[in-house]
Amino acid sequence: MDLNDTPEQAGYRAEVRAWLDANKAGAPGLDGPEAGDEERFIAERRAWQGKLAEANLAGVTWPAEFGGGGRGPLEQVIVTQELSHAGVPGILDVIGVGMLGPTIIAHGTEEHKQRYLAPMLHGDEVWCQLFSEPAAGSDLAGIQTKAVADADGGFRISGQKVWTTNAHFASYGLILTRTNPEVSKHQGLTMFIVPMDAEGVTIRPLRQITGEAEFNEVFFDDVKVGADAVVGPVDGGWGVGLTTLLFERLAIGVGSEGFGYRADRFANAIASDPAAAANSDVRQRLGHLAADLLALRYTGYRHLTAIARGGLPGTEAALGKVTAVKAAIEAGDLIADVLGPEALAEGEWSYLISFLPGLKSAGGTEEILRNMVGERVLGLPTEPRLDKGIPFSELRAREREGVTS
Amino acid sequence: MNFELSDEQLALREAAQDALQREDTVAAAREALESPESLPDLWPTAVAAGWSGLLASEADGGAELGPLDAMLIAAEAGRRLAPVPLLGHLPATVIASGETLAALASGDKRGAWLPTMPPTDQDPDWTVDPESGIERSPAPSLSGNRVTGRVHWVPDAVGADLLIAIAVENGQPRALVIDPTSSGVTIESAKSYDPTRSVAHVNLADAEGTLLDADANDIARAWALGQGLIAAESLGSVEEALERSLEYSKERYTFGRPIGSYQAVKHALVEIYRLQENARSLMYYAGWAGDSAPEEFQLAAHAFRVGATEALDFASRELISVHGGIGATWEHDAPLFFRRAQLSRRLLGGAGSAADRVAGELLTAAVSAS
Repeated sequence: MDLNDTPEQAGYRAEVRAWLDANKAGAPGLDGPEAGDEERFIAERRAWQGKLAEANLAGVTWPAEFGGGGRGPLEQVIVTQELSHAGVPGILDVIGVGMLGPTIIAHGTEEHKQRYLAPMLHGDEVWCQLFSEPAAGSDLAGIQTKAVADADGGFRISGQKVWTTNAHFASYGLILTRTNPEVSKHQGLTMFIVPMDAEGVTIRPLRQITGEAEFNEVFFDDVKVGADAVVGPVDGGWGVGLTTLLFERLAIGVGSEGFGYRADRFANAIASDPAAAANSDVRQRLGHLAADLLALRYTGYRHLTAIARGGLPGTEAALGKVTAVKAAIEAGDLIADVLGPEALAEGEWSYLISFLPGLKSAGGTEEILRNMVGERVLGLPTEPRLDKGIPFSELRAREREGVTS
Repeated sequence: MNFELSDEQLALREAAQDALQREDTVAAAREALESPESLPDLWPTAVAAGWSGLLASEADGGAELGPLDAMLIAAEAGRRLAPVPLLGHLPATVIASGETLAALASGDKRGAWLPTMPPTDQDPDWTVDPESGIERSPAPSLSGNRVTGRVHWVPDAVGADLLIAIAVENGQPRALVIDPTSSGVTIESAKSYDPTRSVAHVNLADAEGTLLDADANDIARAWALGQGLIAAESLGSVEEALERSLEYSKERYTFGRPIGSYQAVKHALVEIYRLQENARSLMYYAGWAGDSAPEEFQLAAHAFRVGATEALDFASRELISVHGGIGATWEHDAPLFFRRAQLSRRLLGGAGSAADRVAGELLTAAVSAS
């Protein structure tokens, strides 16, 4: 057990810290945008991402030939830690640089890489991920957005996507569509790059319990894309999407405390009230949720060890979110019980409490995560599936029949 | 960054598995329900494997290994419900010194530590578990080298060669080694819900001891180690409970399907796994802190106790439920794990005091940081 850097890592950390010391005065603040001031916020954060990219502190794990740092995931962790230590924000386009760029590097054409990667890395063009739909989240391969081939070799996309972070200021999206409904549902999917300002794209913010709109719903009405917009093989989009989800898992592994749910943060909220700090019920609740959060932190170090050894965190890494959400819900409940109704009115705890019910389903509902871990890690038998080997069009017909009968 | 077991630790764990599988300790546990005296004596096994001096320095005849190594062995014992008396012995070796330590480390003498809880941010006193009730009892008192007081629910005290007692004089804890056969010492075996766990009430009436050099830090460290060891035993039991639950849920069919294919069962088994892996991370944390961050050892060991207790509470009940009615019968193994969970939860201050100390450590740090 050793949480220390190797000499090489320590050297890299010193370099990163030196750059941040010299440049952090020009960094934007950590807080989110004030109401009505989002444009300025985004412009500042884009510019900051550009500076980070020039210093090789964005896309740390991207190959150098695409402008990245050409380093490993542990160096990415070091950068994340040092950004946090310096009290400055990281890159704006976490989804693009963390998941979609690597997907294009793995599956895109040479033209895709030349055209899109550099502006993505520098924050000049922000990207969004267009996978989930109102009727397909846990069962992602059940998406209905269709892409129909045109006579000129291009495609026309129609359908609706949802839970799309950053869509309202994104330049491009990576969209999963159905190109062939006459084969089983995983087989007829195709991935495209779509400009978010294309004719027929409509973006609507989706306000949540917090009152903020962190997501959007995006409508596609006969949106024309060229044949050169296809990423990976036509009808081979499922494999491309799996790559994206793999990078998402890596991001979960290296960012287990990224939610900011830390035992000391919640203890601090209570410690200033001596009566609460001496109350046995408060202490029992704090002790239990703190043990969960400490477990989360040290599970994160186990994932990092797997990454340092050249592997990936396993499917079980998904359970980190279950623990994080459970412990944070208990923390929000406890803090509001201690502070009273004022904690709900506004501010940090009001936001936390309102944010968590949605986080329970974000990035995979708890039910689907438990199915995944039960089947892939514990080797439990799957439930009988009614969709195997059935053409998607027939499946949909059966579903409609089920609803009406 | 390396937060997994080393090759040496993997080898140590494997050796523990080999040493412990020579006896069918789960079968022995069931037999002991009827005849407690039939329980195998695993002290010779522990000595032969070198566990008696695991934590002692090489100069004292020990292996100079760390808390994580000790916890890995405790986990293997817990997996098989094996009554290896390390919970009494190993904390004793953390406190003892000189000739006493040499005798304990070599295994010539088996030690029994009288668990004594350090003060918390809310309670300035050194305390011991009471016979009954939630009010903690004051630790025995010291006058010269004579100790008076009662310590309840002491693991592994029956048959021990030496007692390592903590007694308080002018508010300061001192450690003593006491010959259990000497005048004024009574060790009364208590009826144990878990047949594999020997517990006793120890009465010291002006009992004479020999003072040891240990200071308050050493004595507090023994307490944290005790928390880590009992938690590790629980984690081992969780792993076995999960394995047995998984096996049965794959082979038992209802309505034409294995019961493990139903989400209601599958998700409960994943919950055991989630709690188990969280507890394992906390064990690593406790082991790392015990070696590399002693100021965090109390927080880490108690967090591990909280996590492992929750895991075994859930896993031992689920092991019964997955098996259906048969899981709740006298003949089945599942109740042996349930008995283990029930008693473990309530020893060494109980799981509640562990959660309380986690909170106390964090609240104290928060106040001093602000």
